[in-house]
Amino acid sequence: MEYEEAKQKIVDGLTKKQKVKSKFYFNDLAKILEEKPRVAKKLINQMVQEGVLEYWSSGSTSMYGLKGTGKQAHAEHED
Amino acid sequence: MAKHETPLLDQLESGPWPSFVSDLKQEIESRAKNEKGVEFQIPQDVCEDLLGILELSYKHGRTHWKHGGIVGVFGYGGGVIGRYCDQPEMFPGVAHFHTMRVSQPAGKFYTTKYLKDICDLWEMRGSGLTNMHGSTGDIIFLGTTTPQLEEIFWELGHNLHQDLGGSGSNLRTPSDCVGQARCEWACYDTQAICHDLTVEYQDELHRPAFPYKFKFKFDGCPNCCVASIARADLSFIGTWRDDIRIDQEAVAAYMGGELPPNGGAHAGRDWGPFDIQKEVIDLCPTKCMWLEGGKLKIENRECTRCMHCINVMPRALRIGNDRGCSIFAGAKAPILDGAQMGSLIVPFIKVEEPYDEIKEKVIEPIWDWWMEEGKNRERLGELMKRQGFQKLLEVTGFKPDPRMVQEPRHNPYIFWKEDEVEGGFKRDINEFRKFHQR
Ligand code: HEM
Ligand code: SF4
Ligand code: SF4
Repeated sequence: MEYEEAKQKIVDGLTKKQKVKSKFYFNDLAKILEEKPRVAKKLINQMVQEGVLEYWSSGSTSMYGLKGTGKQAHAEHED
Repeated sequence: MAKHETPLLDQLESGPWPSFVSDLKQEIESRAKNEKGVEFQIPQDVCEDLLGILELSYKHGRTHWKHGGIVGVFGYGGGVIGRYCDQPEMFPGVAHFHTMRVSQPAGKFYTTKYLKDICDLWEMRGSGLTNMHGSTGDIIFLGTTTPQLEEIFWELGHNLHQDLGGSGSNLRTPSDCVGQARCEWACYDTQAICHDLTVEYQDELHRPAFPYKFKFKFDGCPNCCVASIARADLSFIGTWRDDIRIDQEAVAAYMGGELPPNGGAHAGRDWGPFDIQKEVIDLCPTKCMWLEGGKLKIENRECTRCMHCINVMPRALRIGNDRGCSIFAGAKAPILDGAQMGSLIVPFIKVEEPYDEIKEKVIEPIWDWWMEEGKNRERLGELMKRQGFQKLLEVTGFKPDPRMVQEPRHNPYIFWKEDEVEGGFKRDINEFRKFHQR
């Protein structure tokens, strides 16, 4: 899959669900991309590098979200 | 006078054990005096506020730390564990109190200068409090603010030549026992492979794409000093294929009391004369040792390499010469499902650079399976339970082996697949009807 197409899919997919949740597991993103994990990882890494996505971590579990979205970012003045 | 009254914490200091409260107070005093003239980049009284918020938690019986956060260094999904307190007005020093995991050198060897250097860095840019080492194995820096993260990362990378460790749904910082550097029982070079895999799997360490955490741990022998069998998704435990080497003269010296058993570890009390029958032979779990004409004999085919006899009589008994490791999969702590020990997946494999067989035949196929089939927050051990050990054998291509059976009749359901059965599942109906009516 082309990077730009993947980015569009992720941005659309996550924006659509924004009202319900703002943080997603890696698997959720791979599902949106309909790609195997290793291929999905390359695309998703690039989205983090470009600042489209950002990491969230509880310490034990990692999640991804559109940069600057979600309750956590707001509550902690990080948006 | 202390910034916050902490009677509940003070009471902890009265016990017989070393107290973290005393340690914190020591750091409070040192930061307050600042004899070295450190330019503190986070509040000087951070440790006072830390004591204060803990005292409040003791009073309330509830935590005042929130869970998780977005913080990190650019491009890294792990290594920083964001921590914010929920009483920042009362305790501004710990409003942000992020933990950083710093990769430890294999075998945890340091020079004194290096230790001083990391402490100086952390004194200036963090709370000064460390945990050497966390149960993960990492150097743990406890407590800093968001703006300091990139600064510390830069210093670590450029001056101290160390990387952040793993956290989150990543490969965690691989850790190992001291191994061949100091231990004659090490059946392979734990430090070499630990370092090699850490470098090889940088992407897995820093960019989370696993369902959950994944740990490698390396023990040079079955004594398991890093407890890999209980807590690593893949445990590498040293073993040997040939015979335990016996020095009969040294056996006689132990029996005659000239050599102290267990290297003298139990010398603090008089346990009476050493009794090889009672203390070694009868305790062998496989009952494969005996005395014959004053000589110690071992039926090595039955020996499970439990290490007991070698631990008791290290001068007389030594590990074999044909060495490698066994690999176990799926150990984990009880967080989601129950606790689980590793299951044997590779009975014996040579551990030799560049470790291609271990990488290509064990690690990577297991990752591919788990990344595709694992549910969110499912450890490898849970996936193994859900889909079955047979599935793990299938994805790695290892043949089933009696040594993989933990106990008989654990799981009676082994189903044949069509390609495993001669002639497949098709039958000749006419042949069948010769014997059975409709
Ligand atoms: C070589 C001969 C046989 C084989 C391989 C066989 C195999 C099986 C299997 C695989 C099950 C299902 C077990 C389970 O899933 O819980 C079963 C259940 C059962 N079999 Fe057999 N069986 C054999 C002979 C017989 C005979 C001769 C009888 C009675 C005359 C019999 C009576 C039963 C009964 C009553 C059950 C329990 C059904 C239930 O509890 O739901 N079996 N057998
Ligand atoms: S695990 Fe074995 S080899 Fe490693 S340090 Fe412990 S006793 Fe020595
Ligand atoms: S290593 Fe353990 S199993 Fe093997 S001979 Fe010694 S005591 Fe017995």
